[in-house]
Amino acid sequence: MNGAAGFGSGSGVQVNLTSAGSRVRPAGGWELRLWLFMRASGMLLVFLALGHLFIMHVFNSIHSIDYQFVVERYAKVFWRAYDGLMLWLALLHGMNGLRVIVDDYLRGAVRVWAVRALYGVMILLLALGSWVVIAFEPMKMAGG
Amino acid sequence: MSLYRGGIGQWAWLLHRLSGLGVLLFLVIHILDTALVLWGADLYNRVIAIYRMPIFGIGEIGLFAAVLFHALNGIRVVAVDFRPAWSVYHKQMFQAVVVLFFLIFIPVAVIMTGHILEGMHG
Repeated sequence: MNGAAGFGSGSGVQVNLTSAGSRVRPAGGWELRLWLFMRASGMLLVFLALGHLFIMHVFNSIHSIDYQFVVERYAKVFWRAYDGLMLWLALLHGMNGLRVIVDDYLRGAVRVWAVRALYGVMILLLALGSWVVIAFEPMKMAGG
Repeated sequence: MSLYRGGIGQWAWLLHRLSGLGVLLFLVIHILDTALVLWGADLYNRVIAIYRMPIFGIGEIGLFAAVLFHALNGIRVVAVDFRPAWSVYHKQMFQAVVVLFFLIFIPVAVIMTGHILEGMHG
């Protein structure tokens, strides 16, 4: 079942894949925890992210979304919690995915600095996004 | 092992990576643009107006496709990882992913194209 043939095996990159095209389960430690986190967060994001897309981009659209839309939406704590949970799961899932790609293709000091940079960006975005979800308060509209 | 080169599993894996990277790139931009609500209605509405351009509407359909594929194939990945016995059927499961993808994507793309046209006419 563990046919460990990397897609780019001709280019010197070796990725341990199952024949079905998933990463081989790590033996233990942080890599195993992150491997499990990717699957658990992914299953929650199927509902959170697709739900978000259907609500905002299919049933609503960019033509009905503006500041007032956000004010009304964020009057409900439920949507703040929804967005906050999605923000954390999606960023941790996405940035860990990118970290795995960096580990596959980069080596040495470049890899170390690339991983540090992406963790730095991830922490800044988590802080910024959490601040918005928690602290947003409607500002008085000009002339209104 | 050379039998597997270019096999369905590896194509699924490559598509999963590419769609994931695309979604992550959008997510980073989207967190930054949404954060502009903290600076009030004027700035936020001006930036959202840029997204109403048809070219971004097409990008939005692409984003939906990327998230949808990543989600459906992700379910398949979890299934074969936790039920290894099912991996004999991984090709059929990938076919199911492709069929489900188009069943959901086609009507959604029609609706989203409608949003783009609605924006162009007023």
